[in-house]
Amino acid sequence: MRWMWIDRIVELVPRERMVAIKHVSMAEEHLHDHFPSTANRRAMPLMPMSLIVEGMAQTAGVLVGHAEGFKEKVVLAKVSRAEVSREATPGCTLRYTATIEQFTPAGASTKGVVELIEPGVDGGGEPEVIGHIDLIFSHLDNNMGGVQYPEENFVFSESFKTLMQTSGIDADF
Amino acid sequence: MERSEIFEKIQEILVDALAVDDDEVTPEAKLIGDLGAESIDILDISFKLEQEFGFKIAQGELFPEGVTQDPEFVQDGKVTEKGLATLKERVPHFNFEQLERDPSVSNVSKIFTVDALVTFCEQKLQTA
Repeated sequence: MRWMWIDRIVELVPRERMVAIKHVSMAEEHLHDHFPSTANRRAMPLMPMSLIVEGMAQTAGVLVGHAEGFKEKVVLAKVSRAEVSREATPGCTLRYTATIEQFTPAGASTKGVVELIEPGVDGGGEPEVIGHIDLIFSHLDNNMGGVQYPEENFVFSESFKTLMQTSGIDADF
Repeated sequence: MERSEIFEKIQEILVDALAVDDDEVTPEAKLIGDLGAESIDILDISFKLEQEFGFKIAQGELFPEGVTQDPEFVQDGKVTEKGLATLKERVPHFNFEQLERDPSVSNVSKIFTVDALVTFCEQKLQTA
């Protein structure tokens, strides 16, 4: 089972934009280690920034993969920019909006906005922009080195199919 | 667009894409050797050039692909005459003097200088 860092796709405009959400949960074991209490400090369970980048990479990666019917092996090649200004704690919702900036046979560049929604009695509060994550993806079969990879698309695994299905998006790949 | 203006725009792009200081981006600087560019950076730079100058760059147009892996073009660690001719045809914006003097395959990446990138953009803008 691939480690999924988005829970649901809430909007998909093919070849243009995708919005996905991730609920940060105390049930996630890594939050207990990031960071545990010490003699001088209480525990501080925080969603690791690296996993916020991964959440955006999955959001943008699905958007880029969807553009060609998931035929391309889309891999994250470069994090051009990653700025996150606020921590996400358990109970919060992260909302990732990825937009395709450029798309070519070799790959794609995407721009991403991360928003944080604090939980509230009447649902969530107003989304607050807490970060920007811009990425470059490579279509692996069109790599510059001419390296050959297996025919099977090992990038978009069963977990991604499940994500599409549970998000109500028809995806036959 | 003046060549100096193209250089300034490229300097800005390389500072952003390769996280280098602007004074490192001289016309003679080699992208792969001096500025630390890797293959994926070439894709990033292509995207940024397309955005900045408004032209399209086909795959392999900016930097040769597959030539150094082809046994017809590289033999005993040196670029063959056919390989050199192919490079000149595919990427005419490069200066081949050094590679002609010493056709070692390790010298192929050294021809990719900032100046070559400026020439590439200048030629693209003229034909656009």
